[in-house]
Amino acid sequence: MNTSINKKPTLRDIPQARLGVWILIAGEFVIFGGLIVAYLLYRFRYPEWAEMASHTNIVLGATNTFVLLTSSYFVVKAHDAAIKKDKNKITLYIGLTILSALIFLVVKITEYSQKIHHGFTFSGKELVEQGKHIESTYWGFYFLMTGLHAFHVIVGAIVLFIVMMGARKGKNYQRIEVAGLYWHMVDLIWIFLFPLLYIAN
Amino acid sequence: MTEHKKTGFLKRFFFSLDHKDIGFQYLLTAMFMAAFGGFFVYVFRYNLAFGPDDIPLYGNLAAKEYNQLVTNHGAIMIFWVGMPMVLAVLGNFLIPIMIGTDDMAFPLLNKISYWTFLLSCIVLLSGFLMPTGAFGGGWTMYPPLSVSDFGYNNPNTTFKANFFTGNTFFLMAVALEFISMLMGGINFIVTTLNKRAKGLSLMKLPIVVWMINIASLLFMFSVGPLIAGTFMLLMDILVGTGFFDAYRGGDPILWQHLFWFFGHPEVYVLLLPSLGVVGEIFSTFSRKPFFGYKMVIFLVLIAGILSLVVWAHHQFVSGIDPGAANIFSLLTIIISIPFAGMVLAYLGTLWRGDIKFTVPMMFALGMLASFTFFGGFTGLHLGSNVFDIYAHDTYFVIAHFHYTLFPSVILGGFAAIYYWYPKFSGRKLNKTLGKIHFWGTFIFFNSIFIPLFWLGLQGQHRRIFDYSNWDKLLMQPNHIMARQIATVSLIFLIITQFIFLFNFFKSLYKGKVAEKNPWKSNTLEWQASSPPGHGNFALYPAVYRWPYDYNHPDRDTDFLPQNEK
Repeated sequence: MNTSINKKPTLRDIPQARLGVWILIAGEFVIFGGLIVAYLLYRFRYPEWAEMASHTNIVLGATNTFVLLTSSYFVVKAHDAAIKKDKNKITLYIGLTILSALIFLVVKITEYSQKIHHGFTFSGKELVEQGKHIESTYWGFYFLMTGLHAFHVIVGAIVLFIVMMGARKGKNYQRIEVAGLYWHMVDLIWIFLFPLLYIAN
Repeated sequence: MTEHKKTGFLKRFFFSLDHKDIGFQYLLTAMFMAAFGGFFVYVFRYNLAFGPDDIPLYGNLAAKEYNQLVTNHGAIMIFWVGMPMVLAVLGNFLIPIMIGTDDMAFPLLNKISYWTFLLSCIVLLSGFLMPTGAFGGGWTMYPPLSVSDFGYNNPNTTFKANFFTGNTFFLMAVALEFISMLMGGINFIVTTLNKRAKGLSLMKLPIVVWMINIASLLFMFSVGPLIAGTFMLLMDILVGTGFFDAYRGGDPILWQHLFWFFGHPEVYVLLLPSLGVVGEIFSTFSRKPFFGYKMVIFLVLIAGILSLVVWAHHQFVSGIDPGAANIFSLLTIIISIPFAGMVLAYLGTLWRGDIKFTVPMMFALGMLASFTFFGGFTGLHLGSNVFDIYAHDTYFVIAHFHYTLFPSVILGGFAAIYYWYPKFSGRKLNKTLGKIHFWGTFIFFNSIFIPLFWLGLQGQHRRIFDYSNWDKLLMQPNHIMARQIATVSLIFLIITQFIFLFNFFKSLYKGKVAEKNPWKSNTLEWQASSPPGHGNFALYPAVYRWPYDYNHPDRDTDFLPQNEK
């Protein structure tokens, strides 16, 4: 005898958006992992890169680390508010997170302009002209890795904004958790990039 | 059952979020791209056998165009035919309906994934319209040739970015295609984990659903470094960084590592779904339970994990450490153990079965036979560095990987189309035309590549436009004849495909109407109407058993659907 049920099958333990974003995070880590491994292979091969790494601005980098870590705290608070469906607190904490993202980007732009001003550009043209051709590739990694990360910060901030607007209308509170997970990933990637690019020399 | 609503063309083929429609869109796009890939191979094979002048339907072929056609044939057949055919088409059409649910977990993401794929097709083909022509540096995109036709800049000249080159468009298309397939993969995995019918535990899933999911996972964990590498290479072209520029400390071999770290698992991404299809078909048409179901799943998982650590067997002559080459050889040969186990399990399914030689069964048998006996066995030879150094970059390699990919993508793909066509369209394909199509495809496919094995062992190098400069080596009458046999077989192979196209499109409108379960199969998709309406099932099935209860001792019928108590 054939049996059927009227209920649409949905499982059960993990909401599917959360599961999806976890898999996305795994994928993102493999992408950044590829970049980091490529960077490390070169870094161990060329001691010259240590000198280049000393030109990074650790103070600004540390500021950004602090800003991102704080923003992760705000996202957790926003998630907490979402469980209680407290619209004002959601707006406050996601607003603070987006503000942190903006501060991060401003600091990043300051850093970039300093670097370019000193002749450390993405293409490394200036260093090649000085005869430091091996060193020039360090800045390729620096700009590509931090730039790709900054792109993720921008995307994360936009997603958080959309989610916040939804929550203000009283819809889709669960999305805050999902966007928050993504935001933690952005944060965590920076935790890897900061010591690798700035500190280790 | 839900009413099947007639929808407009644009709505069905562009905006529909239904997983079956998206699967069909992928199928049509893959067929469209396959036409390009097939035409390219016809042009350059014709040149290899009969010379570059006056190629019918093309004209005269220049050496540079030869490179472009070879490159794009490889890339199109793997990324724009293979990937959509075995992963996107099968995954989209089969997963929701085989696990007894209405649609994907994220229908909109699914649609975006298709649009991205379509965009990548357009970007790739528009490479041919660039002033310098399409990219011609080989489908593996090895730098420095992929940076420009002349490699990296002379250190003393200033860098000039040129966006409008075939190289840029090729790389962007590849990156877009990867992103599209990543989105699809996330969807497949979440759907399978989260939307299974009541009672359908993971160990009751049809084998093809398992295989598609393992393939998606493998793709996801291997493609990341190549996406990163693609960004790096694009920056080398557009900005003038030196990630792979040896003069500036970059290492071109790094690209090869990033590429093959993805490239080897990619072969299994293409193979596994098609092995899953073959498994379904073997069990259905042998009327026997699937032999060693759990063993096959674990063997696939082992093979998948091993496939992530064998990549350097593509680089034995690239200057990698010989000690490392020995380790990679060993790992590559070890990977044949899980596959041998799987083939054994498949033969166990056939063993003393009541085998019915339907068209899908013929394609499935052809797939397993040609994959195992030629693709797999020659893979063992090439996996060992001792032989590979001798055979590297010869036609032996070409014949080997066509014997792995052609059965996986084309024979496996056709098996799937013939098997699920009644479900997908509600009509039956013509059996006689199907059998002619099978024998044509199978015979001509073998008569293309068996001569190429021989030519490869004779030392014919794979990247040569014109052999006339090697008249002592490659212009003996038997060499010329072997090349001509391959080319003529190819032309017949292409002509045979028109039989399929005629059958496919005619039966879509005029075929015999198919019943709900024409093959008397157990899996859930045969419990939905043919074709399934929007939402697939009027009442969602509840599952009580695994999918392969054929000839159950307690029953009179020889099959027992999964949703029967």
